[in-house]
Amino acid sequence: MSEAHKILVQGAASTSMKHESAILHVTGRANYIDDMPEPKGMLHVVPGLSTKAHARIVSMDLSAVRSAPGVVRVLTAEDVPGENEISPVHAHDEPLLATDHVYYWGQPMFAVVATSRQAARQAVRLAKIEYEEKPAILNVAQAREAGGDLVWRPLVMKRGDVDAGLAAAPRRLSGSITMGGQEHFYLEGQAALAQPGEAGEMRVWSSTQHPSETQHLVACVLGRPHHLVTTEVRRMGGGFGGKETQANAAACLAAIAADLTGQAAKMRLDRDDDMMMTGKRHDFVVDYDVGFTDDGDILAVDMVLAARCGWSADLSGPVVDRALFHADNAYFYPDVRFRSEPLRTNTQSNTAYRGFGGPQGIVAAERVIEEVAFATGLDPVTVRLRNFYGTTDRNVTPYHMTVEDSISREIVTELVRRCDYAKRKEEIRAFNKTSRYIKRGIALTPVKFGISFTATHYNQAGALVHVYTDGSVQVNHGGTEMGQGLHTKMVQIAMREFGLTSDRVRITATTTGKVPNTSATAASSGADLNGMAVLDAITKIKRRMIAFAAEKWSVSEEDVQFLPDGVHVGSDVMTFQQLAWQVYFARISLSSNGFYKTPKISWDPATGRGRPFFYFAYGAACAEVSVDLLTGENTMDRVDILHDAGQSLNPDIDVGQIEGGFVQGAGWLTMEELVWDPAGRLRTHAPSTYKIPACSDRPRIFNVELLENAPNQEETIFRSKAVGEPPFVHGVAVLQAISDALASLNDYKTCPQLDAPATPERVLRTAMSLRAEID
Amino acid sequence: MRQAVQFYLGDDRIVLGDVSPTLTLLDWLRERGRTGTKEGCNEGDCGACTVLVVRLEQDRLVWRAVNACIQFVSMLDGAQVYTIEDLGTPDAPHPVQTAMVEQHGSQCGFCTPGFVMSMAAYRKTPGATDDDAKIDDALAGNLCRCTGYAPIVRAMKQSMTAGPDRFDVQVQTITERLVALNDGETVQLSGPEGTLTVPGNVDVLAEVLEQNPDATIVAGATDVGLWVTKGMRQLRHVVAIGRVPELRRMERTAEGLTIGAAVTYQEAQSRIAELLPDAGEMIRRLGSTQVRNSATVCGNIANGSPIGDGPPMFIAAGATLHLRLGNERRSLPLESYFIAYGKQDRRSGEFVEGVTIPVPPQNAQFRAYKISKRFDQDISAVLGAFMMERNAEGVITSVRLAYGGMAAIPKRAEQAEAALLGRVWDEEALEAARAAIAQDFTPLTDMRATDWYRRTVAANLLTRFFEETTGGPQARLARTGGLAHV
Repeated sequence: MSEAHKILVQGAASTSMKHESAILHVTGRANYIDDMPEPKGMLHVVPGLSTKAHARIVSMDLSAVRSAPGVVRVLTAEDVPGENEISPVHAHDEPLLATDHVYYWGQPMFAVVATSRQAARQAVRLAKIEYEEKPAILNVAQAREAGGDLVWRPLVMKRGDVDAGLAAAPRRLSGSITMGGQEHFYLEGQAALAQPGEAGEMRVWSSTQHPSETQHLVACVLGRPHHLVTTEVRRMGGGFGGKETQANAAACLAAIAADLTGQAAKMRLDRDDDMMMTGKRHDFVVDYDVGFTDDGDILAVDMVLAARCGWSADLSGPVVDRALFHADNAYFYPDVRFRSEPLRTNTQSNTAYRGFGGPQGIVAAERVIEEVAFATGLDPVTVRLRNFYGTTDRNVTPYHMTVEDSISREIVTELVRRCDYAKRKEEIRAFNKTSRYIKRGIALTPVKFGISFTATHYNQAGALVHVYTDGSVQVNHGGTEMGQGLHTKMVQIAMREFGLTSDRVRITATTTGKVPNTSATAASSGADLNGMAVLDAITKIKRRMIAFAAEKWSVSEEDVQFLPDGVHVGSDVMTFQQLAWQVYFARISLSSNGFYKTPKISWDPATGRGRPFFYFAYGAACAEVSVDLLTGENTMDRVDILHDAGQSLNPDIDVGQIEGGFVQGAGWLTMEELVWDPAGRLRTHAPSTYKIPACSDRPRIFNVELLENAPNQEETIFRSKAVGEPPFVHGVAVLQAISDALASLNDYKTCPQLDAPATPERVLRTAMSLRAEID
Repeated sequence: MRQAVQFYLGDDRIVLGDVSPTLTLLDWLRERGRTGTKEGCNEGDCGACTVLVVRLEQDRLVWRAVNACIQFVSMLDGAQVYTIEDLGTPDAPHPVQTAMVEQHGSQCGFCTPGFVMSMAAYRKTPGATDDDAKIDDALAGNLCRCTGYAPIVRAMKQSMTAGPDRFDVQVQTITERLVALNDGETVQLSGPEGTLTVPGNVDVLAEVLEQNPDATIVAGATDVGLWVTKGMRQLRHVVAIGRVPELRRMERTAEGLTIGAAVTYQEAQSRIAELLPDAGEMIRRLGSTQVRNSATVCGNIANGSPIGDGPPMFIAAGATLHLRLGNERRSLPLESYFIAYGKQDRRSGEFVEGVTIPVPPQNAQFRAYKISKRFDQDISAVLGAFMMERNAEGVITSVRLAYGGMAAIPKRAEQAEAALLGRVWDEEALEAARAAIAQDFTPLTDMRATDWYRRTVAANLLTRFFEETTGGPQARLARTGGLAHV
């Protein structure tokens, strides 16, 4: 029976099924770290954070902290049993607790271990710290002015001769776009619970996207081998990249507290501490120089992408690299050069956030399109269509990878048709002619997003599947569940392969004790990598079961099939349980690990060449907005999205990723604004001051569709495509729609050069500068 | 005098004789193992800790969603509290829970219990429909970072048509419980962590405050709660006025509407809207449903915030504040209550008893405009509230232009008012007022807006007011409900 004609159990992979924990979520029975029953005598850990952006620590008087009620112990750098270092990329620039200097306002300097969280929070405030202040570098401009200290090697990508290309181009323009960072605002803050065991063992429950790294760093700070540390996570209350490396500090501090006191210890950050302490999405300043023709054909692009990275390297290197990988978005540039500047600043160490630099690169690429459209008087969609990657030629990226799967033209053309772009644009232009204070705008933007970790060795995954003698199945894998439905999809794969209903398949917590040496659940790769590893484990078990059945009942192996009504062995049908029991009785293993590594990929940053991505995910979004010229307030009136999830593993869950990703991306580019004061103190450190989209901010009309009949041309798990990050980028349509509304002020003659986030204030400022040009 | 706080949690009668006056409901619930109620922000902004509080109001059960993180346990005296654990189980889910599963309303699941509680409360709100704008209001206090809200709104709509829930058959039982609990007694507790007084009537309140002028008055705790959860302040004596019967009243006379100090924004909203329709619309955006269910109109005045949205509106409307010290009462124009940042005209031991919003003159025009980064549940960058009267010739005979966010206190734009008074309300007058307002204020730059934006918008809101009161073109965005598919 061919794969295409396989009869699937209801809810199996490639069909929709509810989130495996949905009923637990809605009844309040889904447990997160802080909901676990607390071990007897458990202690609470609260960090003491610096109150200077850059300073030498002259003295740290913690005597009042130590003698405060309920305080059991105070941890400083000197108390770290192993190495006081948690750089995830081994840059050795990130002490867990500050030693002689602090490098940002909010850096952990010490930690209080107390009998209650309240007591620890009270005690933290009693510290007396004397600083000798040093000049603080807070943003890209200041960092450049001070000489541009980098946290990571800069990257150059080039193809062709950009200088010659720009010089020869009939038209040329240059400009700059600034886009802000973004707080993850996972609803569950950072949390970890550590419990010491015998002979130096440490068990850590952590809200982490990267259990193996958490394990390694806990081992590092404790000075122990990895095999003594086990990390476990059942689910996170949101991650979005914010728990890829930023979960480590809480886990390490809890583990040290547990190790030194012999008691279990928990660290759950208060929201304000969380936002002051942890890294965010990188804000970027991108300078661009573009050569083009009157017909809107782009000939050459030169870009410098500078990022505020914060005080340490963290993941800034690969984040900024990925911005370069996406600064072409879906467009072929004949001559091109991208350069990065990962700048060190005295702010939180910026980190992974959904898209991992990719969205920033794409926003810059789309600004270039917008500039060319205004310069030539063409519709931006026309400019886009003229410059998309081809399928047979014009298909090599700035990093010398051939794009083999480009469907940007098809998707954009189809969305233009479905959302009636041209007619609505005309109506909007007519409306703007007569409306004095309210202007409307529309934009339709594509996304092409590279799928795979650019750190090639990360593209591997493991799984462990057990079939028990009653025919029930337990699935373990190295990926983590943060709400994206990864565990649901893994259950669905087992359902599909074994022909079992969901109640017969149990997914367990992710633990380094079952699947070791795992990669972060990141880069949209969770289902791609772990799905194949789970499939591998299942296939191994099935092969043994098939071989056994074929021999015992004298049928060919092709005649043993796992179907919804049971296991077909020739003309007989038996239950999965019956076969499992027989296999066990014959002393054949019903358990297997599984492994997968992504084929075809390679990348060499030294030469700027390779095939870093297995494939690309595509999509397009059209946004229509209204803008109030008196205040800069704006609304999303209608959004249409057409998105490529390949042959979706779970269409309902994937639509949820697209809806949610879009709103998060639109939030980043419109209302979410991080504000540091001149002293370097983040002033937007709680939801009262940092505003993520609320219910009424979703588009008034919101149409989301998956691209139909679009199996991945690469051999991914059941031909699906990754869907975590790409839809986040659709938010760029909103930024450009607001820009389109503002452009009406000058009869669409000038590119408004609207920066992000397009808060009411920035929109008003841009409107007034456009008006100044008119006057 | 009673020496214990008493309320119901689910079907359990709770009697607490030794509770800290500032222990939050959230911490208390989670200590008891009710971990379905989550802590997302601990400042009343995310809604992950939303619980249902049922009270008996005029012999009727009123169901309110509130944020447990900034609600002190001591304020729950006389209430029936339900948490997510009471709502339904995996085997017997509440209609909202069923709908949330079916519509994929949860992804990470952490905000979900709070949403479910807000949704369950909305189903019990009189006049609730599946209108998008109403649902947006009901859910404005719940943040979700995963779903983009669309599936949650679908679930809300689906659950509106589902049948009754388990509470509908328990109305009698709950009513009887609450009647028995609400004995009208003054509650007084003293322990190592401080003293709590819940006065049974306003005279007791006056006496307690006169004798203990350093006590902290708490009504809805939407402000004071943060002193505790974020400021880590230890309040030695809390006087909870939320249930003082005389302060729970609203009185409408020919002159105006008097709102007692314990009346919440939720309760007052429709009554204020009868006098000032635009104020009603503005209050819809003040805080969130959970915040308005706790926060009081007078608390918003008494705390003296420079950006409280209520005070500038009420100043524009010409409101009068009523204060009491012991048995001595006095009234003053609301605007003169605000002296300087953090300094109000309130003597030691004195308390706000109520505020009177006068009935606007027949021909008066009133508008209130709130400008913030986010439309719902955000603190204003600028709030402008304007009241104007014109005679038959179109001449401005009285004008009050009040702003929040523009100075250290809510303040009138006196020079702009002077520029308008006695003139015809035309483009020239508008320009004069716009120019004058630059002299009225020197606003600050902070994380919400720069001084430039505040100054520019303060003037532009006059333009909006002009257009809206003279039949000009549309000058503000229509924020109607949505979430349709075409």
